[in-house]
Amino acid sequence: MIAELGLALLWMAAALACLSLVAGTLFLRGGSRDLAALVRPASVAQGVLTAAAFGLLIALFVRSDMSVELVARNSNSLKPMIFKIAGTWGNHEGSMLLWLMILSLSGALIAIFERRLREDTLVATLAAQAALSLGFFAFLLFSSNPFNRLPVAPPDGQGLNPLLQDIGLAFHPPTLYVGYVGLSVAFSFAVGALITREIGPAFARAMRPWVLGSWIFLTLGITAGSYWAYYELGWGGWWFWDPVENVSLIPWLAGAALLHSVAVTATRNALRAWTVMLAVIGFSMSMVGTFIVRSGLLTSVHSFAVDPERGTFLLALMAIYIGGALTLFALRAGSVAEGKKFALLSREGSLVINNLLLTTILALVLLGTLYPIVAEAMGEKISVGPPYYNKVAGPLALALCLVMVTGPLLSWRKDDGRKLWSRLPLAAFAGALVLVLLVIFGGKVGILPLLGMTVAGVVAVASLAPLWGRNLLRTPLPTWGMVVAHFGVAVCLAGMGAESAFIKERLVAAAPGDVVKVGDFSVKFVGVKPIAGPNYTAIEGLLVATTSSGSSFAMRPEARTFPGLMGTAPTETNEAALLTRPGGQLYAVLGQPVPSDDGTADRYQIRLWWKPLVWWIWLGGALIAIGATLSMLGRAQLLAIWRARRARKAQERFAP
Amino acid sequence: MKNRWVLFVPLAIMGLLFGAFVYRLVTPAETLIQSQWIDKPMPLFDLPPATVGVQGLKSSQLADGRPRLVNVFASWCIPCRAEAPQLEALKAAGVPIDGIAIRDRPDDVAMFLREYGNPFDRIGSDMQSSVQIALGSSGVPETFLIDGKGIIREQIQGVILADQVPGIIAKLEAMK
Repeated sequence: MIAELGLALLWMAAALACLSLVAGTLFLRGGSRDLAALVRPASVAQGVLTAAAFGLLIALFVRSDMSVELVARNSNSLKPMIFKIAGTWGNHEGSMLLWLMILSLSGALIAIFERRLREDTLVATLAAQAALSLGFFAFLLFSSNPFNRLPVAPPDGQGLNPLLQDIGLAFHPPTLYVGYVGLSVAFSFAVGALITREIGPAFARAMRPWVLGSWIFLTLGITAGSYWAYYELGWGGWWFWDPVENVSLIPWLAGAALLHSVAVTATRNALRAWTVMLAVIGFSMSMVGTFIVRSGLLTSVHSFAVDPERGTFLLALMAIYIGGALTLFALRAGSVAEGKKFALLSREGSLVINNLLLTTILALVLLGTLYPIVAEAMGEKISVGPPYYNKVAGPLALALCLVMVTGPLLSWRKDDGRKLWSRLPLAAFAGALVLVLLVIFGGKVGILPLLGMTVAGVVAVASLAPLWGRNLLRTPLPTWGMVVAHFGVAVCLAGMGAESAFIKERLVAAAPGDVVKVGDFSVKFVGVKPIAGPNYTAIEGLLVATTSSGSSFAMRPEARTFPGLMGTAPTETNEAALLTRPGGQLYAVLGQPVPSDDGTADRYQIRLWWKPLVWWIWLGGALIAIGATLSMLGRAQLLAIWRARRARKAQERFAP
Repeated sequence: MKNRWVLFVPLAIMGLLFGAFVYRLVTPAETLIQSQWIDKPMPLFDLPPATVGVQGLKSSQLADGRPRLVNVFASWCIPCRAEAPQLEALKAAGVPIDGIAIRDRPDDVAMFLREYGNPFDRIGSDMQSSVQIALGSSGVPETFLIDGKGIIREQIQGVILADQVPGIIAKLEAMK
């Protein structure tokens, strides 16, 4: 019954989306206010019903109900519970339902919390959100029904890709999805504002917390995904410029540009058309990215082998949404009066440069990701790799960081640069110090890592500059947010630079008892032993790493074998062992056994990396997310609302 | 806004992008990676015999005017055992077959031939996989269709299946 109930809930939610769209449209074309009153409750109910349907799908996975096709294909009764739950979204249909649930819940949240917008703009926004979800409801119900029953239930299911059976990855896709789909709110706000022509500070202020919120999740998702790839794939890299990584980076870049330009619109009522366009682009890029991943246009681990029919459906859907929004933009943005003017040397000026750089990087990454498709259309097979991205995006990203140094020190509208010139020298000195130290002690360092670390030094000091001479307790939360996030960028950049410049690598075939030197460590290979996990067997190596100061640490890398379920081939994965030290991480992977010819014990391939400051990369990512969270809390004015409520209550108490 | 047409630029870019997507969706995806060696002569090699009682294999021997198969195999390769009946069938149909044994020991090769038959005219021993790498072959078994002039015309990756046998015979016939 659970599956049938879930399907029924989805149909009801789709009907409510239909209601919101029709009632909203009729109201905007001059209908009665009663129609508008329907839209808010309908949006909330749609969100609740879709969330309930998703809950029921999780329940089916938890109960391992093999009569449901999706469960039979993607789960197995032997799997640990946490991965049964994660299996819900580790496949095409389930992840589309997750997508839809977030879309519907976003609509519900706007309906509940948004009180600052004009009513007609809010109704238009909710109608746009309903239109978005309606298309995805159609996609789910007509071509990817997750609740489909099998005529005959198999005895057990086929399991989940062992690479995906990892606790980090279980929560990586939902996090990214919240980020991707959260941008739909900005999209709907933009469409709503274009329809009612209410593009100004009120609209920008209403949109800002949503942009920040989804951008936080994108940041966390990308950071977590990068760390997952780092320790799970066993290659020791943290960013591969894989198409799927790029399609998560592109909406992130759009979101970063948007949250800076929305600040200009909210504070200074400038850059209005640009902000609206970025809001449209952000979610468009999320959709294009998901489409690329899902349709098999680019082959990758992430494609859930989707048939072309579904690809065509998604493409048509996106053409309607993106094309519709951009057409509306082209027709209406011309009538949006130009915003307030400003000088180049001003906060706005540096934010414009920030936006231009961010969108240029976005365009270059998009070009690199799609170029193989375009090139193939012209009969050439090409793959675009790190050399392209590092060369084109690297210098621009560094330039962006330098703008980040000056921007926060300038005032709105026009600046004489006095604050800038008084605070810049210390930052420049920090950069110069890093550069000199690197040149003297660093040995041979590539130009990009060298510049990266130097700029990181400048940014680290400059990012704190807005706090100088301020009462720290009275500094508003958004300012704190900006400082923390910008400092996070510096930390992340320093990690990337140090890791690329000073990484040490050893690949050896070691017999038990052998000692390998890497960086400051001497690593002794003690031996291997077989172990059994909940649904795999593994060979576990024992390594003892000793630092030059004499302290020892045990490391246990594993080579895991997951048995093939239902006649599929067994899969092997490598679990790297990580030793985190203040100065970086030691990374060990246990490889294949090398049989010896003379009958002595087998040797094993062992790969060791010393990665200086590598964990700063993810620390930086976390700081950026924390900064954005502080900023959002400040912007959402939770504190202000809470204070106002308390003040009102206090007044009521003293009222006669 | 001075030039309103500028506002249509995003729409136009999107149109181009979707054009590329549509093109990519309607053209069927190629799952086979074409070998770079197709229509090129065999790389030069001279391999010693893989076991007692067989001849070694030289690339010059592949250009004797008769189209033939070169089968890359190994005694330790389980799928190669499944392929043996198809090679026997090809041999029975008069197709000359040469073998390249990859990283194999003479005793093991002899055992393999005893157990699964010997359809090969010559078997070269490729101890270091050097010929295999030169051929761009990524695993065992793989089979190359060579025309009478020693030029590679086709590469079959994996086991030859029973229903592929008539097609292979016809192709080699056509090269004569």
